[in-house]
Amino acid sequence: MSVARAVVRRIATYVVLGVCTGFFAVPLLWLLSAPFDSTPRYAVRVPSHLTLGNFAEIARNPYALSSLVNSVILTLGTMAVVVAAAALAAYALSRVRIPGRDALLYLLLLLSSVITGTAAMVPIFLLIFQLGLIDSRAGVVLVLSGGLLPSAIFLLKDFVDTIPRSYEESARVFGASPLQILRQVVVPVARPGLATIAVWTMVQVWGSFLTPFILLRDPGKQPAAVLVRTFYTEGGSPNLALISTFSLLYSIPVVLMYLFAWSRYGFRFHGGIKS
Amino acid sequence: MSGIELRALSKEYPGGVRALDALDLSIADGEFFALLGPSGCGKTTLLRTIAGLESASAGSVHIGERDVTTLPPGARDVAMVFQDYALFPHMTVRDNIAYPLKIRRQPRAHRFARADEIAGQLGLDGLLARRPAALSGGQQQRVALARAVACRPSVFLFDEPLSNLDARLRLEARTFLKRLQRELAVTTVFVTHDQAEALALADRIAVMEAGRVRQLGTPREVFSRPANTFVANFIGSTPMNLLDGEVVGGRVAVPGGTLALPGTAGALSDGAKATPGALSDGAKAPPGALGDGAKAPPGALGDGAKVTVGIRPEYVTLTADPAGGDLSGTVVIMEHMGTATLVSVDVDGVLIGATVPEGDEPEPGALVGLRPVPSRVLIYDRETGELIS
Repeated sequence: MSVARAVVRRIATYVVLGVCTGFFAVPLLWLLSAPFDSTPRYAVRVPSHLTLGNFAEIARNPYALSSLVNSVILTLGTMAVVVAAAALAAYALSRVRIPGRDALLYLLLLLSSVITGTAAMVPIFLLIFQLGLIDSRAGVVLVLSGGLLPSAIFLLKDFVDTIPRSYEESARVFGASPLQILRQVVVPVARPGLATIAVWTMVQVWGSFLTPFILLRDPGKQPAAVLVRTFYTEGGSPNLALISTFSLLYSIPVVLMYLFAWSRYGFRFHGGIKS
Repeated sequence: MSGIELRALSKEYPGGVRALDALDLSIADGEFFALLGPSGCGKTTLLRTIAGLESASAGSVHIGERDVTTLPPGARDVAMVFQDYALFPHMTVRDNIAYPLKIRRQPRAHRFARADEIAGQLGLDGLLARRPAALSGGQQQRVALARAVACRPSVFLFDEPLSNLDARLRLEARTFLKRLQRELAVTTVFVTHDQAEALALADRIAVMEAGRVRQLGTPREVFSRPANTFVANFIGSTPMNLLDGEVVGGRVAVPGGTLALPGTAGALSDGAKATPGALSDGAKAPPGALGDGAKAPPGALGDGAKVTVGIRPEYVTLTADPAGGDLSGTVVIMEHMGTATLVSVDVDGVLIGATVPEGDEPEPGALVGLRPVPSRVLIYDRETGELIS
């Protein structure tokens, strides 16, 4: 009786796991097979005619490769702004006693998640328009940075809180200047936290669509996430060959980043993210 | 090399907590000075104020001839060893030791040569390329010391330098620390809550409570003549017996009997009444000298004076014959302490501790006599807790 129940339970477990696995695996398999298929469909299948022609067509598209470069520029730019600003802010918030500091932090975090980029898009557009930053990558970097900073500061402050003050005090007694302390002691000790923020920022920006879509007009400046929207056939149906091929190229940097972070830190991230 | 001079030094935290209360303290050049007290007494705050990590609310700090009260820590020419050692985890041992020299912009080759030299002196050769995390607690402590030595300061400040080590290592490190300080002859202030550590290491001890110095003296003075009941309670590996007493006819009545007042002729013979004349016989001994029973009791001890009698368990002799002692009671508890045993004796409802050598322990429940060494009996004012004689 109980044996039969255990068997049934085990079977049920595997069925549920199988469905979940399939749910996530099928799109990935499609992404791996469709770009090499001369006539891709929505179905996952072994390509009937193996071809690299789709890649050649992507290369002929005037905006495809430059959009990947744009994505890299936006990602690295935003990462630099977020990491630098979050590091300074988190350090100050962690070390200086300000009345209502924690309340301020939680408020920032709350507001940034309640008022999402979508809801604030109109005022942001007007703001960027009046600043004359429409259709400029700098404008996109600033808007994206602003959106990511509250969470980044929050995560990083948690991390800096765990660094003993005695490190800095020790350096101070030896006569180090505040800038020397930051550069020689705090930043090296906080490196895992900074790396976490950097990777997280890059992932967020790499996949962001709405902000660059609204703020950039020139297709030559648009990032990959925005460009993929334009891959339609003359008939108005999605060009699956181009979309799948471009998506594959688009996902490669993310996979590389994952491998890099994994080999370097083994995902023993600290701070707000659990190991 | 320079001494430290604190004048009316106060530190008040926002919120009104008074960590230091108008402290005056003078630490001599080359002295090994201990700040001893229970946690929260202000000893670490005092050390940090000397270092410049805390700013003084009032008063001044002088190091050598300089008034450093408003100088930043780096300009005070002090080196501090923190309780957690504060070794930089991303630097090797060599980089850690050389860090103070890096701040002073000394050339790389010179920095490393000096780091290697000091590491050699402190027995750290072979560990220079390691990260602090790969070192044992004792090694980490020595790296922290080496880093402090590397900048050749005029003052060392140690914050609980031994408390993170396990008991056996602590003794070793203690000897090492004392030898190092002797060799370098640099003025050293260290903070500890461990009275044994302070007694063993320091040239002088300041016992602190609630931001004030309750007693200042050599380890010997602080141990044998605690200036008040607070210090008496705090110093000593076994707690001092503090008994409520009342002066009656030149003797002190305590639970279970009477004791001769220290310094009277009666103190030398058991049971004999002290003659009034004996009170003037005592010659005044210089303060701090090891008491030999020759101290004259102050005239304040009239009949009926309420006092607290302090006797260390080490100075109470236990006799098997209950009538042979000044007090008698039954043995309640025995605590083994290696070469000796602390015996707690119930005397009329009050527990009195006495230490006996190993092998001489009485049976639990036995009726025994207690006889304090008369010259070691300390009399405190029960109201103020201050030492009378």
